[in-house]
Amino acid sequence: MLELKDLHARLTLEGAPDRAILNGVTLTVPAGEVHAIMGPNGSGKSTLSYLLAGRPGYQATSGSARFLGEDLLSLEPEARAAKGVFLSFQYPVEIPGVPVMTFVRAAMNAQRASRGEAEISAPDFLKKSRAIAERLRMDPDMLKRPLNVGFSGGEKKRLEIYQMLMLEPRLMILDETDSGLDIDALRIVSEGVNALRSPDRAMLVITHYQRLLDHIRPDRVHVLSAGRIIASGGPELALQLESEGYDALIAGAG
Amino acid sequence: MPNVKESIEAGTIEAVRGLEADRYSEGFVTDIEQELAPRGLTPDTVRFISAKKEEPEWLLRWRLDAFERWREMKEPDWALLSYPPIDYQDAHYYAAPKNAAKYKSIDDVPKEILDTYAKLGIPLREQEVLLGVEGARETAAAARETPRIAVDAVFDSVSVATTFKEELARVGVIFMSFSEAVREHPDLVRRYLGTVVPPTDNFFATLNSAVFSDGTFVYIPKGVRCPMELSTYFRMNARGSGQFERTLIIADEGSYVSYLEGCTAPMRDENQLHAAVVELVALEGAEIRYSTVQNWWPGDSEGKGGVYNFVTKRGDCRGARSRISWTQVETGSAITWKYPSCILRGDESVGEFYSIAVTNGRQQADTGTKMIHLGRNTRSRIISKGISAGRSNNTYRGLVSVHPRASGARNFTQCDSLLIGSSCGAHTVPYIENRRADAQLEHEATTTRLSEDQLFYARQRGVGEEQAVALLVNGFVRDVIQKLPMEFAVEAQKLLEVSLEGSVG
Repeated sequence: MLELKDLHARLTLEGAPDRAILNGVTLTVPAGEVHAIMGPNGSGKSTLSYLLAGRPGYQATSGSARFLGEDLLSLEPEARAAKGVFLSFQYPVEIPGVPVMTFVRAAMNAQRASRGEAEISAPDFLKKSRAIAERLRMDPDMLKRPLNVGFSGGEKKRLEIYQMLMLEPRLMILDETDSGLDIDALRIVSEGVNALRSPDRAMLVITHYQRLLDHIRPDRVHVLSAGRIIASGGPELALQLESEGYDALIAGAG
Repeated sequence: MPNVKESIEAGTIEAVRGLEADRYSEGFVTDIEQELAPRGLTPDTVRFISAKKEEPEWLLRWRLDAFERWREMKEPDWALLSYPPIDYQDAHYYAAPKNAAKYKSIDDVPKEILDTYAKLGIPLREQEVLLGVEGARETAAAARETPRIAVDAVFDSVSVATTFKEELARVGVIFMSFSEAVREHPDLVRRYLGTVVPPTDNFFATLNSAVFSDGTFVYIPKGVRCPMELSTYFRMNARGSGQFERTLIIADEGSYVSYLEGCTAPMRDENQLHAAVVELVALEGAEIRYSTVQNWWPGDSEGKGGVYNFVTKRGDCRGARSRISWTQVETGSAITWKYPSCILRGDESVGEFYSIAVTNGRQQADTGTKMIHLGRNTRSRIISKGISAGRSNNTYRGLVSVHPRASGARNFTQCDSLLIGSSCGAHTVPYIENRRADAQLEHEATTTRLSEDQLFYARQRGVGEEQAVALLVNGFVRDVIQKLPMEFAVEAQKLLEVSLEGSVG
């Protein structure tokens, strides 16, 4: 479903020197699978997620990224979203004055429009929203408030998953969704995520810690270091990292 | 807003520069035979206008006095605006469709003019206002539920039609063109004209006092709640002309009125001058809500053409517990110079100013308000949202003044500026004069750049870039939009989208 081949990328931001951020990532995530990306700070995990989502400034210099057989890198961010790419942000942004439901409905209808589908009716939208908020144990009033404004870190993460469940994407990229969540919230959010696991969806779970992977069981685990994947394995690799740390692995790969 | 970036995509700026004139859908010209005053401005011009309107001697005197005064005055230069010198002799100070004075009913109004208003979506036939409802029988019932709007349509220097006059007259509300009011209610006009904005007030108001053409006159009698929204729709059409309308609204004791004002002009590559005066008088316990959606032609992306909008608007809360509220959505004009103000004379009177000012392309706006606290326990509230894009400049300029007698005065001011792109400017110039130790004055101001992080977030969820900007901007102005009457809020929201189209790449 997602195929990355020898992907190199640079970060080019105005006023900052260019720097290489990915140095040849090759990765295949078949439909129906959950892959975890682990690695120390600065190894390129978030970079990879931004590159796949199309954040301005993150530029592939060589290699390819194909999603459902299509060249992902040539698409605008909103076109990728309409194809089913969803990034759950590590730091969700605040949007003052725009209530959550207004935002999500605009997103949903924009995606539908670009796929040539009709808009969702207000009652259908509300029904769906209510059911998902309930599943995530969210206060319905939260959905009437401006997006993320004054929300706690945990509330913001929960709201990302709310949006993901509303939009039902095909490729889900979770960027450190566990940070800011307490143990109960982690369980509730993970249940929500797991509900979306299906044979025609795939997931990339970016995390530092094993604990998220106790709830969202990965099929494969990859270790990213200095912009390259230095090790891949089954779920046991995450457990090994938890006990031995990254250093030993990185030294071995060096 | 956190994560505000210093930079925005280069493409964004490019697109702003390419702002196209064709986005201004009101920019058409109505081809109709005109009657013009000779080019230039002399006492004879003033006499010409006054004679056209068959005005009484006292009003002609009033105008001529203003004209003499104006000749001595200097154009103000303190605003943050730059434009080439205006040649006041190079314009027609009166322009009207031929035979306009003879329109006795809507049936006499030439088709071209009716078509103009139809194209602008302004209903001039009362029955049209009620259309869109199935079956004649339901019409009356529906009319009671759907909000109706009475319209005074001003075309260049004359009012061409005023709707619902008779129905309003039944509850004692006077709603007519200013020229008519001078003829039919001279005492009321004479009693209040110039009492809020004196003819000597400022360069542009004095010019207006000399040459004002048409506008709207409203009187709401004691205790009457005006049964419908009143509105004036100003249209500038004639080439080489200016518009100098005068509006006077009087809300007698305990009355209420909500008034809306809309304006558009054709796309012309010359600059057209618009210098209006609006005076509001609220007597004891009365309330006036005045809303404006200003969409004069802003000029093209290179700053060619566009309306110069120099407007003096002021409300006088003359009676105790009276209330005046200004809400404005300013998206048009090449130059905006406008400070709708409140004189809080009556004890416990309340003044409010809610503003959204959008500038794009090469537009310049210097706008804000003055809240003059004279009475005891007077309160005022200022919410200003400025949005700058393209290579425009947007300034909030405001004064809060608390006089020695105004014990317990309170003001809250919030000025937020949003920058789109990196070639535009936002400025906030608040003045505070306080003569009371017990006054409570609060001022909050923020300036933020439309953040690339927010845009990307919205796009990641599937919202296209232009729609994302519209969404973010609508969020930014939400608390002001909510103050507008329903029908205007929808229009204002659409207008914001159109005004900012092409502001991102």
